[in-house]
Amino acid sequence: MAKTIAEINEKIKSGKAVVVNAEEIIEIVAKKGVEQAAKEVDVVTTGTFGPMCSSGAYFNFGHTKPKIKAGGGKALLNNVPVYAGWAAVDLYIGATIAAQDDPLNKIHPGEFAYGGAHVIEDLVAGKDVRLQVEAYGTDCYPRKHLDSWINIKDLNEAVLFNSRNAYQNYNVAVNLSDKTIYTYLGTLKPKIGNANYCSAGQLSPLLNDPYYKTLGIGTRIWLGGGIGYIAWQGTQHNPHAPRLANGVTKRPAGTLAVIGDLKEMSPKWIKGVSFVGYGVSLNVGIGIPIPILNEEILKYTAIKDEEIIAAIVDYSDAYPNGKSDILGEVDYKTVKSGEIEVKGKKVPTSGISSYKAALEIANDLKESIKKGKFLLTEKVADLPVGDTAPKFKPLKERPVKEGM
Amino acid sequence: MSASKMVLTFPKDKIGKPIVYKLIKDFNLSFNIMKASITPDQEGHMVLELDGDKAEIDKGIKHLKDEGVKIDPLSKEIKVNWDKCTQCTACVSICPTDALYVKDRQTMEMAFDPEKCIACELCIRPCPPRAIEVHF
Repeated sequence: MAKTIAEINEKIKSGKAVVVNAEEIIEIVAKKGVEQAAKEVDVVTTGTFGPMCSSGAYFNFGHTKPKIKAGGGKALLNNVPVYAGWAAVDLYIGATIAAQDDPLNKIHPGEFAYGGAHVIEDLVAGKDVRLQVEAYGTDCYPRKHLDSWINIKDLNEAVLFNSRNAYQNYNVAVNLSDKTIYTYLGTLKPKIGNANYCSAGQLSPLLNDPYYKTLGIGTRIWLGGGIGYIAWQGTQHNPHAPRLANGVTKRPAGTLAVIGDLKEMSPKWIKGVSFVGYGVSLNVGIGIPIPILNEEILKYTAIKDEEIIAAIVDYSDAYPNGKSDILGEVDYKTVKSGEIEVKGKKVPTSGISSYKAALEIANDLKESIKKGKFLLTEKVADLPVGDTAPKFKPLKERPVKEGM
Repeated sequence: MSASKMVLTFPKDKIGKPIVYKLIKDFNLSFNIMKASITPDQEGHMVLELDGDKAEIDKGIKHLKDEGVKIDPLSKEIKVNWDKCTQCTACVSICPTDALYVKDRQTMEMAFDPEKCIACELCIRPCPPRAIEVHF
């Protein structure tokens, strides 16, 4: 029995929709079977909360008197460089940029205590942030300096716009070398001393709709505690990654570009983080509702941790040198048990993405839908998938020779 | 019987001497070395938990002091700021004593057992939201 999104929305509006999270659906399907579960359940909610480096925010800080053209000049927010290559008072701040006097990795491993992601968190938290602008001055924008406190509530627009979030699966990172390494998947102890993973597994949005059948451009999502939309496929979107028979990708695959009103978000779900020796990143909370349109869609959402496989990758050599070698594959149930086996050695595991937070997001979205506060949307366009989807390529380097 | 945790600092000229061994032999104390770092030509550091008769512990401490070992109580305290913690569990595989651990593998909820903590501080920097704090 197929359902439409419009029918599901009618049920949501009348408070009759059956909404469960992507963990609960597993047991429902085990008890009632796919056919019955697909009839009864209308929406399955997913969630993820982890570091997503390709994140940032743009905003319009309002014109000064006399006017200043930050565009083409230089700007800082709490001493963190901001991109000022747009119009007069529009600025973009990226998550990974470090404060301008940060020693970075000059003394390795660097701390990266404060950067763009932390500025975004401070803005979301409603804290005053110091804006400094150096402009060159024009006839229509004569002012050359600005040093002022700003607050998100006074900004004309403040928009989170992330070019790559919600990776469909990720690597499990280990370190084969004999010294500690510092990566975006955390601190990795020598000689496979630990293994770090970064996926919400059975709760992860794209792992619950592996061929992006219900979600696409225009889909309304839970973003940072507020409302957002899928804007586009994310950068490095790679639906061609090898898949299991259940459709689950065994390697990092699809990604999303997302957008939403920063003013409605919460610092709990938009959180600056520091990876020692690596850099600054932004923890982003994302929840996506999957409308149960038919049995096929339901089957995808019933995926469980033991059916999701990830690759174990050496981050001391294979990853940095772009080698495709892997050390093995492991399922998320095993990964989350706290110990996996790599090269015959028992290795303790750690998460970088928070499963507990992912569940909280999926539940928050579930409650919003149940209360009729969050309606589902038809996607406007599909995300690339199948043979026609563009391939994710490495750089074909063409070195520039002096004097050429 | 009583137990106490302490931080020992060995002067560099005493690193070659079997000082701690005498705590067992002469004072009938048992000890658990929770952390030790010895760098040639530099001071040595050891976090030690001494266990035994109170009077013998005092004698053992006097012996250490007589040998020139500096003794400080283990006054550093590690605290998790749960408001900042994202429950990612990045610290769990770093912690050498399982003081930071996942208490429920279904919900993946984290917990911290201060009794097991030896204040080695290995967890401080690998924590992405910097939610683990050292208090003196």
